[in-house]
Amino acid sequence: MARMKFLCDAERCIECNACVTACKNEHEVPWGINRRRVVTINDGLPGERSVTMACMHCTDAPCMAVCPVECIYTTDDGVVLHSKDQCIGCGYCFYACPFGAPQYPRLGNFGSRGKMDKCTFCAGGPEPDGSKEEYEKYGANRLAEGKLPLCAEMCATKSLLAGDGEVIEQIFRDRVEQRGYSSGAWGWQTAYGEDVTS
Amino acid sequence: MSSLAAGIRNVAGACVLAGLTALSTPGSAQEQTQQPAETTIINPTAQGVTQQQLLQQEPRITGRITIPDSRAAVLIQPAGREWRAFHEVALRWIAAIAILGMLVILVAFYLTRGMVRLESGRSGRTIVRFNAFERFVHWMTATCFIILGLSGLNITFGKKLLMPLMSPDAFATFSDWAKHAHNYLSFPFTIGVVLIFLMWLGGNIPNRRDVEWLKRGGGIVGHDHPPADRFNAGQKAVYWIVVLGGAAVAISGYVLIFPFYGTGIGDMHTAHIVHSVIAVLFFAVMLAHIYIGTIGMEGAFEAMGSGTVDENWAREHHSVWLEKELREGKADGPRGPEPFSTPAE
Repeated sequence: MARMKFLCDAERCIECNACVTACKNEHEVPWGINRRRVVTINDGLPGERSVTMACMHCTDAPCMAVCPVECIYTTDDGVVLHSKDQCIGCGYCFYACPFGAPQYPRLGNFGSRGKMDKCTFCAGGPEPDGSKEEYEKYGANRLAEGKLPLCAEMCATKSLLAGDGEVIEQIFRDRVEQRGYSSGAWGWQTAYGEDVTS
Repeated sequence: MSSLAAGIRNVAGACVLAGLTALSTPGSAQEQTQQPAETTIINPTAQGVTQQQLLQQEPRITGRITIPDSRAAVLIQPAGREWRAFHEVALRWIAAIAILGMLVILVAFYLTRGMVRLESGRSGRTIVRFNAFERFVHWMTATCFIILGLSGLNITFGKKLLMPLMSPDAFATFSDWAKHAHNYLSFPFTIGVVLIFLMWLGGNIPNRRDVEWLKRGGGIVGHDHPPADRFNAGQKAVYWIVVLGGAAVAISGYVLIFPFYGTGIGDMHTAHIVHSVIAVLFFAVMLAHIYIGTIGMEGAFEAMGSGTVDENWAREHHSVWLEKELREGKADGPRGPEPFSTPAE
């Protein structure tokens, strides 16, 4: 089994937001929820970099550790998924997440945030693969069809890589070697406890 | 023609720029002017910002975002890991030590001291201690407190203690109800704390009698009965713990109930730590309050139960208060210096 990871090469990101759009469209994500977003650091200044970020599917995921009802789990592929049936919308995963990945349909309303929603690495949820219920709650299950996340597939500059951690790490390492500079694999140290060694 | 104009413009621009540079940095003017202006543009291969560098400067990396949700501009916040360690490790220890420690102390105390008895027995005459409104406020706050406390503990300990006893779905349903109860009962609880603060403030200002009461062990340690007004030093302590602790959990709780209303993720971490630590200590103190109000002391529960206490109970525990009440003629029954000395006819 491959250990699935995301990698954002900020040297290539042109902030086109195609990944955001692809994600929203593929999973019919409701208005107000963004499973993926593009953040621009030092906007308009020398050294500006854009980074696309979603759930990084962490090793030893903090959201999973703090969930009071244990509705978050890791698949054999290392993808962090959750059960919306069990989620109580307490918001703890959002407090713990280093990447701001968990999203809620509502804010406040006396804490009734609604069921948490986040990036599934296009791998659906606990329902049977490809079922109607799974699609309605979590969106498409591309992984079950042998496809990788659509955000990375759509990325025109291949800034965003998704797939087997070792493979995408090697691609990134080769790029860094070739061009001779890098601002790092954003979030890797925080998500996986190890940085890309180049 | 136009290319010539552009060329002149470029040369003129370069000269002006070189001149300005020379004026601003006279020391290195020679060096600067050797560089043509065109090559001072940003080098595309230059090292940009790196996440290590940013994380060393700030606790979280924040940028600009084009979607309307401005909260999503926080890119990486490793502090979530520290909050996780607090929630999963530190808080469990604090809560377990505070609550189990208090239970151990109470059991040990009950086994050694036993129930604090009415030493002079019951007089048969009662006196009103808490009116209906005071009792309503007390029990409203108390009921909310217990549900809030247990539903809060469920968030911290439920998955370890309760979840193994039932199916994950049943536990999720229960926790969902508990969460809603926790959120909505915070309102009557807060109203209760405010009313408690206002209606009992008069009797809870610490004074010199409290020092005397504490020095004599308050009648808890030993069998002394130091004089006390309507509230003794121990009750005043409980009052101020309820008022100040209640205010702290209410404020920090509302910060959490209304996420992002003037707060960021770091503020919510702080609010949660304040809320949970004060809440578990509050809960532990209230166990002692429940103990002394029920099995810990004979005649104490009826003060909040029926609202009246036996005069002898009042004399032993609140002598100053009783005398004031008797002077104002608030006690019932026949009155006299020695009511039982009159021979029956």
